[in-house]
Amino acid sequence: MKILLVDDSSTMRRIQKNTLEKIGHTDVTEAEDGVDAIKKLAAGGFELVLMDWNMPNMTGIEALKKIKADPATKDIPVIMVTSESEKTRIMEAIQSGAANYVVKPFQPETLAEKISSIKK
Amino acid sequence: MAVGIRVEHVNPFVTSTMETFAKMVGVEAKPGKLMLKKDAKLEYDISGIIGLSGNAKGMVAMSFPKHTAVAVCNKFMSADYNDLHRDILDAVGELVNIVAGYAKRDLTEFAINISLPSVIVGPNHQIIDAKDAVSFVVPFTCPLGPFHLAVSLKST
Repeated sequence: MKILLVDDSSTMRRIQKNTLEKIGHTDVTEAEDGVDAIKKLAAGGFELVLMDWNMPNMTGIEALKKIKADPATKDIPVIMVTSESEKTRIMEAIQSGAANYVVKPFQPETLAEKISSIKK
Repeated sequence: MAVGIRVEHVNPFVTSTMETFAKMVGVEAKPGKLMLKKDAKLEYDISGIIGLSGNAKGMVAMSFPKHTAVAVCNKFMSADYNDLHRDILDAVGELVNIVAGYAKRDLTEFAINISLPSVIVGPNHQIIDAKDAVSFVVPFTCPLGPFHLAVSLKST
């Protein structure tokens, strides 16, 4: 599964990439914000996006809305990764087309379950 | 109406620290006895700090001896640094960011917003709390070494 991992923190990208490797996902491309994500998604081939929420230039929710508005990318599932678990934000993400969400802190098993749930 | 700051308001940060260490570092962090923070000095070498704003303002800090910071962040990142490295300092900031972000869910009465994390390096450095803020320190132990959680809050 080709995954685009979007987070402005190189440390968090590293941690999440390690987590994805632990659960068997090694085909991972990194993007450092929403703008970079949109640019990389245009190249095609991605099957899943893991999207941080708080990022400069273009936030995760803005990038999610752009992805869902583009016929070329609208069918790519997006899992939102957030450190804030308020229901209003999660509702906004789901209403904007997010396939699922994961709240930091999370265990590798939790991320694996979220990914498995959208593959079904 | 301003909400009075109570010891109970520190509990979400303690719980969040325990969950963050269990889930993302992979070790058990055990809290010790909560204490009032009587002066600005923290005993350790590296602190990750997040500012809090909203109906309460203040800060949350996680303060580590150097050896604990390196060991914790190596495990957090699956890295193998022997000494302080920029990546270790960034990871300290990410840890406190996750702790503060997760604690927010249990502090809804304050409608708290959190700042970007900052990291301070230096032995016995000082963090000056807001005037009239209520400040607490919770010592933690974990298999990778000791650290402190400091929380300072003032209702607005």
